[in-house]
Amino acid sequence: MRGYQQLFGFGLSTLAKRKGLLMSRWTRSSRFIAVLLFLSFPCLSTDNCFAQDSDLESQISRIDELVQGVWDAYKISPSEPAGDGEWCRRVFLDLLGRIPAVAELNAFTSDKSEDKKKQLVKRLLYADEYTEEYARNWTTIWSNLLIGRTGGNANGSMISRDGMQKFLRDSFAREMPYDEFVRQLVSATGHTRPGAEKFNGATNFLVDKVNMDGAAQATAATSQIFMGLQVQCTQCHNHPFNDWKQQKYWEMNAFFRQTRAFAGQTDVDSPILADQDFQGESGNVDEADLFFELRNGLLKVAYPVFVDGTEIEKSGYVNLVNRRDKLADMIVASSYMPRVMVNRTWSHFLGYGFTKPIDDLGPHNLASHPELLEFLSVEFVNSGFDVKKLMSWIVLSRPYGLSSISNSSNESDDPQLGQPPRFSHFYLRQMSAEQLYESMIIATGKAAQSISFEEQEARRNRWLRQFAATFGTDEGDESTTFNGTIPQVLMMFNGEMIREATSGGTGTIIDQALSDPTLKGNKAVDFLFRAGLSRDATRDEQKLAQTFLVARNGDPREALKDIWWVIMNSNEFILVH
Amino acid sequence: MNSLNRNRFQTPNGMSRRHFFSHLAGASALAGSALTLGNAFAANADILRRNRKSAILLWMGGGPSTIDLWDLKPNAATGGPFKPIATNGDLQICEHLPMIAQQMDKLSIVRNMSTREADHMRGRYYMHTGFVPQPSIEYPSYGSVISHQLSDTRPELEIPPFISVGGGSEGPGFLGMAWAPFDVDSNGNVRNLDMGIEPSRLTERVQALAQLENRFVKDKRGSAAAEHVKVVQKTLQLLNSEQMSAFKVDQEPTEVKERYGQNNFGRGCLMARRLVETGVPFVEVNLGGWDNHQNIFATLENNLLPTLDRAMSALTEDLSQRGLLQDTAIIWMGEFGRTPRINGNTGRDHWARSWSVVVGGAGMKPGIAVGQTSDDGTSVDGTSYTSENLMATICKSLGISLDTTFTSNNNRPIKIANGAAPIKELFS
Repeated sequence: MRGYQQLFGFGLSTLAKRKGLLMSRWTRSSRFIAVLLFLSFPCLSTDNCFAQDSDLESQISRIDELVQGVWDAYKISPSEPAGDGEWCRRVFLDLLGRIPAVAELNAFTSDKSEDKKKQLVKRLLYADEYTEEYARNWTTIWSNLLIGRTGGNANGSMISRDGMQKFLRDSFAREMPYDEFVRQLVSATGHTRPGAEKFNGATNFLVDKVNMDGAAQATAATSQIFMGLQVQCTQCHNHPFNDWKQQKYWEMNAFFRQTRAFAGQTDVDSPILADQDFQGESGNVDEADLFFELRNGLLKVAYPVFVDGTEIEKSGYVNLVNRRDKLADMIVASSYMPRVMVNRTWSHFLGYGFTKPIDDLGPHNLASHPELLEFLSVEFVNSGFDVKKLMSWIVLSRPYGLSSISNSSNESDDPQLGQPPRFSHFYLRQMSAEQLYESMIIATGKAAQSISFEEQEARRNRWLRQFAATFGTDEGDESTTFNGTIPQVLMMFNGEMIREATSGGTGTIIDQALSDPTLKGNKAVDFLFRAGLSRDATRDEQKLAQTFLVARNGDPREALKDIWWVIMNSNEFILVH
Repeated sequence: MNSLNRNRFQTPNGMSRRHFFSHLAGASALAGSALTLGNAFAANADILRRNRKSAILLWMGGGPSTIDLWDLKPNAATGGPFKPIATNGDLQICEHLPMIAQQMDKLSIVRNMSTREADHMRGRYYMHTGFVPQPSIEYPSYGSVISHQLSDTRPELEIPPFISVGGGSEGPGFLGMAWAPFDVDSNGNVRNLDMGIEPSRLTERVQALAQLENRFVKDKRGSAAAEHVKVVQKTLQLLNSEQMSAFKVDQEPTEVKERYGQNNFGRGCLMARRLVETGVPFVEVNLGGWDNHQNIFATLENNLLPTLDRAMSALTEDLSQRGLLQDTAIIWMGEFGRTPRINGNTGRDHWARSWSVVVGGAGMKPGIAVGQTSDDGTSVDGTSYTSENLMATICKSLGISLDTTFTSNNNRPIKIANGAAPIKELFS
């Protein structure tokens, strides 16, 4: 698929990208012909593809219906719909990972057409101008999920963060269907680093997880991320809370026993993830086994068996049976995979999934909206694992569009109080560090700055690294200190980006407000409020601005610096609402 | 600035004027009133200081091999190569901890810990909170509970009451972000402290900020909006506080720094002493790298044990010499211990069934070993203790009532330390 990518250039042809699902099923030699065929295909313009999706309306109303059912059952009245500005800010943050620029906001709020929300979602998902940002946002989210915020930064790590991100960016820009995406990550072989001859960025997911502890991390991460099964405890004992048994863990683990990661011979060589014959722990390659110890000290044998009980051949020879390929096939055909992806996607947009944690599904962890989870999972499969479709159903649904202001009947709908979410109002949540960074790029007015993609990424990674903390375990557990505490407030008070944003220098929001002749007086203040909060200033806030103007001896630039600082430090700025 | 303005800005929304100016006014005309306020504190300081309890948690990330440190089994086939040595307490410890051995008259080992969480994240959470992870409630960690309980005894404290050095600790759970750990690296660097604008201008901005924030809070959108306001207030308190110098470990004489060890953990322990002296009720210092699935003995002997030996012995000795140990609890622990058997990579794996923690100070009985394990270390003989018992012990030593009950986020009553009994041998 990389060759195909190079053929057309990055982000050049959205219409070709849409065909990822079909493309992946074509042989290499017929690809070029396939693309030519698509060029004359009727549903080629993004416009048509979206509008012709006659299912869209019915999917959305089914979501609304199922959520409404829960409101009725608990006698909750939902909040009012969010205002245009608020909704627009939300949708930019969730789809692209940043707040809208004033021009983008104005275009939406001044649009009088009925289906303007649908049009905006369509543009953010499918228009060429947003392809790169969309891909970057989801690359960030999936990098953190697959290799952690610190993956690839530590000494001795075989992960190439660049390689992982390159794979993800290509997948998202090209709209790779989710089943293909999972298949590639689970079964990847090749070099981890971009530029290497057999580069395959997907290898970075497993490269640091297969060598230690008999591939314990590979087993746990694959099960958790792609199937919503938390198996890490069952390595040593039967799970106390669910029906996972120790035997199942090791049967799952057996799928990874042909896989090894090799560091390069020199530091310039790329590490490699490869499959090789597994000799079996008792040395019989034809029935390559492994042994594990029960808590009572007895040894038991395990062969690869999928969670649903499907066995595969026991041979350890890669050319007879490639265990990871088989595993990937079974994962993508299972009902686990769509369910956890739907739950993850819903949680991304609504703040909470149908279960908590979102990647622990099963009879022991009842879903808050079982019917909705089931419905979306089935529709996601029927769509050909089209992630963008899934997103548009959710984003255009009623619950996503509700205000975060609660009313007297739904105030108690607060998952922070330990209740299952009812989605009767939008739940406040803090921007992620990545969302904040990208939003501050908008807020500093530096979005248009011409620095290379690599330099942008490097700056961003440097900035983000300040929030990463590791726990000193072999499993690479980590947390983020970007959690609404004092260091974060100090960063917003005083950090380098804030200083730049409030410097009033050329190109900054303040400078834009002052250099636009149509933005006089109150309007300049409104411009700042729109830029940061996607709304106009209130009457009191305009008065505040006046007070600053007097305090700064009538110098508007200085007064706007104060106002801009205040806006960017407010709860309203840092929260997604 | 005209008089109308002054009034406008000096009528803050939701925050007291004195609050701001006492911290931000610097050398302005208002410094006088701030000074008076300071004197009022000084008058009571001695009384307060007398009853001022603190705790220091030395967190050993990864799960330390306590069978090789505190509960040696030299006669067991899988006891490993290390020999026990005598100490000045009534017990023996590992030969590679000779300096701690000279402080064991002030510390005790609980050798009969037995827990059920052998996964890093679960064990970490359980040992930090006294509760196993549950989806519906987020429990507060040691530092949050203790600082929450003790901060009333130190109104003069301007820096955060729960400080975590060189690692993330665990969160405040249902107590709210105001009780979250304040993370610093072991050099004590706090980023972004220098405001670079006039204090008066900052005050104006902060007051305007309060107006914007309160408007948003009043909308009833959920607790996150109000939490942000609280954290902003705490941040303002911290800015310009002279107590920030407690973080500046570098100001210590070279020989002191040498005693603690010129490494992250050594500096962290030294900072812990300075912070406790300043009045911080809870400090956590992290030493990671104990997840020794392979090559364990060389790693311990050459790397981890010398680091631990220096820092922990110096900290114990200093607290004792300065008269602080009687009011300061020391807790040394990780998420679990390690297998009494040795694996094929000369490592030890996760083991929660029988392991040790070390405690000392704050009136706990020193110099003893509580409980015992079997000859090969694979089980506890007789009574065993859990994370809950340990937490109850620490709370009791700090004078925190074990009848304390919190109300969780979902309105359930939650007893401190899950209502467990303290370890009785430490109070006899």
